[in-house]
Amino acid sequence: MTDTEPPSDEQLVDLARNGDDGAFSELVKRYNRRILRVARNITNNAEDSEDVLQETFLKAYTHLDRFEGHSKFYTWLVRIAMNEALMKLRKRKTGKVVSLDEELSTGDDTVTREIAVWDGNPEDQFSQHELRELLDQTVSSLPDGFRTVFILRDVEELSTEETADMLGLSIPAVKSRLLRARLQLREKLTRVFKKKGENAFAFL
Amino acid sequence: MPSCKDFLRELSDYLDECLDPSTRQELDRHVQECPSCWVVLDTTKRTLKIYKGCEPQAVPTDLEDRLMAALQKRMAEKKSPS
Ligand SMILES: [Zn+2]
Repeated sequence: MTDTEPPSDEQLVDLARNGDDGAFSELVKRYNRRILRVARNITNNAEDSEDVLQETFLKAYTHLDRFEGHSKFYTWLVRIAMNEALMKLRKRKTGKVVSLDEELSTGDDTVTREIAVWDGNPEDQFSQHELRELLDQTVSSLPDGFRTVFILRDVEELSTEETADMLGLSIPAVKSRLLRARLQLREKLTRVFKKKGENAFAFL
Repeated sequence: MPSCKDFLRELSDYLDECLDPSTRQELDRHVQECPSCWVVLDTTKRTLKIYKGCEPQAVPTDLEDRLMAALQKRMAEKKSPS
């Protein structure tokens, strides 16, 4: 470890395992905002996501000796957060159907009604804050089964296999949901970003 | 020659670059000749790009404080199990 380079996750995990609580706190600081985002995106509920954030790091701390280093530390954290978040989601939806493990039928599964080029770069036209708000609201409108797959694959950048494993889905199911999630988001964002789009936030 | 429907069905694998070379070539050709699929491809790419590029929001200070307090409590319990 040199002065200029921050310690790697592996180094911090090693230190934390040997009783260095400061090293664990460093890992918390490194990843808490990303874990909160996963929690928010999956639960769609502010209060639940705060619980998930806390539970995730408490469990990770308590069970650090169970982390075997086969995956990245962050992937292991996301797995804990996903379990917590899915439990919350199911609890909130008692009585309603949570369609995480059943086939989602949407009739026409590859909808592309909005075929329009985008007007320049959204990154140049909206502030980070506006853009984040818009992206969050858009993703939260997806069905649970699509949203969870999209978040893991395209936001957290886990592999298809890791996503399938975490959600208890087959690889083809992950792929088909990802395709439909991507197309639905594309559709919704195109309504906002297309050329000559007036009243850009009206659809929210 | 694949149809637009074929193109859409393969779009995810096309973007993730996990198609066999001959299928990929056919879809490349389709997208060069089909303006609607080109637009769908372009806007889907950009959709993924802004999601991936969006930095997560900072954890609000009070929430972070609560998290660290809960963690410190757990750390203390581990050090001196009652
Ligand atoms: Zn086409």
